Amino acid sequence: MKGINITITVLIASAFFGYLFAFIAGLCRLSNNILLRKFTGFYVEIFRGTSLIVQLFWLYYAIPILFGIDLGSDWWAGVIAIALNYGAYMSEIVRGSILSVAKGQSEAATALNMSRFQRMRLVIFPQAVRMMLPEFGNYLIQMLKATSLVSLIGLHDILYYGDILRSSNLSQAPVVYLLVLVFYFILALPLIFLTRKMESISKKGVAS
Amino acid sequence: MENWSWDVFFDAFPIVLQGLGITIGLTLTCYIFSLVFGFVWIFLRRIPFKPLNWIVTWIMEFIRSTPPLVQLFFIYYAWPMVPGIGMTLSPFTSAVLGLGIHFSTYIGEVYRSGIDGVDKGQWEAARALNFSTGKKWTKIILPQAIPPTIPMLGNYLIIMFKEVPLASTIGVVGILHMANSYGSQYWTYLEPLTIVAILFLVLSYPSAILINKLERKMNRRFDKKEALKSSEGAMT
Repeated sequence: MKGINITITVLIASAFFGYLFAFIAGLCRLSNNILLRKFTGFYVEIFRGTSLIVQLFWLYYAIPILFGIDLGSDWWAGVIAIALNYGAYMSEIVRGSILSVAKGQSEAATALNMSRFQRMRLVIFPQAVRMMLPEFGNYLIQMLKATSLVSLIGLHDILYYGDILRSSNLSQAPVVYLLVLVFYFILALPLIFLTRKMESISKKGVAS
Repeated sequence: MENWSWDVFFDAFPIVLQGLGITIGLTLTCYIFSLVFGFVWIFLRRIPFKPLNWIVTWIMEFIRSTPPLVQLFFIYYAWPMVPGIGMTLSPFTSAVLGLGIHFSTYIGEVYRSGIDGVDKGQWEAARALNFSTGKKWTKIILPQAIPPTIPMLGNYLIIMFKEVPLASTIGVVGILHMANSYGSQYWTYLEPLTIVAILFLVLSYPSAILINKLERKMNRRFDKKEALKSSEGAMT
């Protein structure tokens, strides 16, 4: 199973960029600037409204033709597609949790004469992040599942090698795919436990 | 934008559109399958036998945390090779089985949350009235457990619609398959894939708004009920 490093690097990179996009887009949607708000809203709806596999193909085939930009490699195409897609989903979580921090908290911060930025950084954000944690864990598992799609644009991940192994020895197919499934499950196990842990963290002592 | 060609766009449009019927049909079939199969999970999880419970929970966890794409491949390519029980399935059937089973684990969780939400007094009342198990479920528990979950189930319909293009990889002739074969035939992927993206947006965005509305409506209804209950309590 040589493909495991690709699966893991794609997962880590797309998780990193996904969270980054999520925070940027989530905060942008709460900004006072109408243009910024509408623009990010547009981005979120586009990426939530279409299928990840379509976005992946579109980025892979269409971007080089349309703009003449080479994304560098298949690896980047896969990472960017997954990150943009899940970033859009997670930005809604960011937005939701920031909005659900009790209003009194921000009023109290205003009363303490904090600036808008201080208010966000010191009071609202730490509480909101806590609420986001379990959902972020869930989406991490979703992203792990999504990484299997990159084999379709020719990346040599676990599934890709599984496919090669199967086509070289047809009767072994059940074993091969079962192994691939087990591999994904083993990768997901720590994430599952992490998510449970995060859930218990987020339940503890949140001002509500 | 010099590479964009409207001629190709309008040439590819009817061809891609042909696949739409199959995509929607597959979505609905998968959805119905997983709605029904979701009950199987609940049923298995409610059997009061600890080891079995544990096994079922982990099987669900396994199916949920592994990629549906691999599961599809497993059912389509590997199932015929399984000695004894293996049989060849058509791409459509494999897609229904693979995606249906994958999503049924999610739908099972939705049902479970609905059932957990039913007031405990309702169970006790059913027992007090000496209802049989079947009657208890069909007359008392499920009618209360399912309606609050309808918005969530609707969300899963949209999610499923977006996952169904995976089936193109095992040769189900949906929109994505049509777009890809058009692309490989004329070596223009841009326009057909864009059409697919537009079709997805056109179909899934309005339904997402619809479900959002439904959810708000439902919430209001249940809030009202709650409010009524608490106000009654205050009066007595």
